[in-house]
Amino acid sequence: MTRTIKRANRWFDDRLGASGFVRTALNKVFPDHWSFMLGEIALYSFLLLVLTGIYLTFFFQPSLKEVVYDGAYAPLKGVEMSQAYESTLRLSYEVRAGMVMRQMHHWAAIIFLAAIVVHVGRVFFTGAFRRPRELNWIVGCSLLVLAMANGFAGYSLPDDQLSGTGLRIAYSIALSIPLGGTWVAYLLFGGEFPAESIISRLFVIHVLLLPLAILGLLGVHMAIVWRQKHTQFRGPGKTEDNVVGSRLWPSYALKSVGFFFLVSAVTALLGGLAQVNPIWLYGPFRAADVSAASQPDWYVGWLDGALRLFPGWEIRAFGHTIPAVFFPGVLLPTVSFGLLFGWPFIEARFTKEDVRDHHLLDRPRERPLRTGIGTGVITFYVVLFFAAATDVLATVFDVSVTGLLVAFRVALLCLPPVVAFVTYRLCKEAAALPDEEDAAPVVVRTASGAYVTGHGHQAGNGGDGTPRADGLDEIGSGPRPDAH
Amino acid sequence: MTRRSAALLVLLVLGGPFSVLVTMLHPAAAGQPAGTADGDVEQGRALFTTGCSSCHGLRAEGTRRGPSLLGVGAASVDFWVSTGRMPLKTGGARQAVRKPPAYQRDDIDDLIAYVTSLDPDGPPIPELDLARADLAEGGELFRANCAACHGAVGIGGALASGRLAPPLRPASAAQVAEAVRIGPGTMPNFGPDTFSQDQLEAVVTYVESLDHPDDRGGSGLGHAGPIPEGFVGWLAGLGALLLACYWIGDRE
Repeated sequence: MTRTIKRANRWFDDRLGASGFVRTALNKVFPDHWSFMLGEIALYSFLLLVLTGIYLTFFFQPSLKEVVYDGAYAPLKGVEMSQAYESTLRLSYEVRAGMVMRQMHHWAAIIFLAAIVVHVGRVFFTGAFRRPRELNWIVGCSLLVLAMANGFAGYSLPDDQLSGTGLRIAYSIALSIPLGGTWVAYLLFGGEFPAESIISRLFVIHVLLLPLAILGLLGVHMAIVWRQKHTQFRGPGKTEDNVVGSRLWPSYALKSVGFFFLVSAVTALLGGLAQVNPIWLYGPFRAADVSAASQPDWYVGWLDGALRLFPGWEIRAFGHTIPAVFFPGVLLPTVSFGLLFGWPFIEARFTKEDVRDHHLLDRPRERPLRTGIGTGVITFYVVLFFAAATDVLATVFDVSVTGLLVAFRVALLCLPPVVAFVTYRLCKEAAALPDEEDAAPVVVRTASGAYVTGHGHQAGNGGDGTPRADGLDEIGSGPRPDAH
Repeated sequence: MTRRSAALLVLLVLGGPFSVLVTMLHPAAAGQPAGTADGDVEQGRALFTTGCSSCHGLRAEGTRRGPSLLGVGAASVDFWVSTGRMPLKTGGARQAVRKPPAYQRDDIDDLIAYVTSLDPDGPPIPELDLARADLAEGGELFRANCAACHGAVGIGGALASGRLAPPLRPASAAQVAEAVRIGPGTMPNFGPDTFSQDQLEAVVTYVESLDHPDDRGGSGLGHAGPIPEGFVGWLAGLGALLLACYWIGDRE
């Protein structure tokens, strides 16, 4: 058996000469900190999205052709609907495992986006985006945008009342763009809403264009991580020029595969036990109808909330109208993503720190201003997200939806600065506290036989990355076989 | 309302294997206890004088505190009293809300008899034969006329000025039919010219079916759409995976 494998290996190596690369690859070291696995959740959710999505494409028909339903769900028997909606019903009710696949697909999308956001948060608060990783920050942010867009496209495909309402809003937002709005909307939808071709176009976008783009950028994202090596937190033996962790083979690979199974398990559990997007209860899309409590999936919620909170300011000038929808619907996301993409450069400009590379991560408390800004910005978008649920909140808590709207407007303007300031102060306080690691005395015997007492960080253990003349930055590091 | 949030929490914890078992609809209009005209006018007068006249006037002619009830019809009296909305708890409420009814069935019949004896006009209590109602047509009518305020699954919704479209689940078939005909509060009324008797029965059947929506996907998560789904995705989905990260990752 072993001989056969060896022979096969040699056969391939003679032709490809890849063994050198494979050997290096398998020995590559990854740091083990739990917060470095957040991106993996996103990666594996995407894998699940592809797998379940392929199954769904066997049965879904992206067509707005009208048919009369004659399937298993009695309350819709005899109702006219599009083929897209009918095939989604069929795949939910009559196709074996169709329901659980569809629900796993939807839950995986919800988790995919949530994992990306948390991953972005980790990268932001630890300063992992700093030079030389600005490029990968941009790739990662692009992945976030593409994932959001693809999530919305998928939400819109079944042509139920909820997805049609979402498309109607998207159409109106496109219309609100000054000067070119009408053309943009017609270009996207292929005509006046609800246009014939939108579902088939969205289908190609959802199953081909965006997934390919995401896959390509994922490759770039990981190739850059591979090339630049992973960042790490400060700790014994960790410096700006090494990576401490476990080798890809066997420990990290096996751990990662196990993690894939955990992600699959959680997604499958949700897909089997928790109902998501029950389109049969929403009914087929009718342009004239709308249901109370129409919300987008969570990751589009902040835009919905912004639309609800923004006052009805319409600007008319020079024979043109800028409708109120433009500001929350077009301007806000443009500015938001502009700031997100540009953050590494903005920060570098103000701190003047990008003159050298950073491989050791900040702890959030060490950067009170960045951490404060981060929590403030998150608060802003969380308030917007909850504002998307004003009608549901009003119903559930029996309060006035008009009052809620006012309360949310106040919260949107007041909460972020408060949260940012409190975070800033807390970080300042925490940074002033003596660190456990710093406090622990370390005694080292030098080459000449003398004993020297030092203190973790104070003794110069990375941080600025320059080795100390007295060699104390080697404290506690021991042999470093894994260092690159 | 807290009842629903509590139920949602329980559903989240227990998951939905039970809901999967809940299959096809059709509670088929469990016998209607709707009132008839066999109440006693004199007893009704006595009850009315004690419980209603302070606002609606001794002869239901209305006062500054409450509207006239002349010609409102039996359906109206039955709806307001049997859903517990009348008598009002106290003044100053934004709108009358459903609560346990203050009167027994017999007493309500007496009240109906008294009020309709003063003026026989107004919609009568609709007679319903739900056995052969068209469920699918009811769904179409519901989505076109009711879902905009009550929501696609009838969980209720928010209206302007602090008013709410109530959840439809607690309402009986008769109460739903009455509400459609009389249009209580801010709700428009759908008379026989708008909804035929068949259409009324279809809508009522569909609303009743929403008491047990087909949750074959698992736990219904309160039927409030993507908001609870987002919470479950974050807490149960990503939350569990973050714990998993913490479990298998390095914590130093």
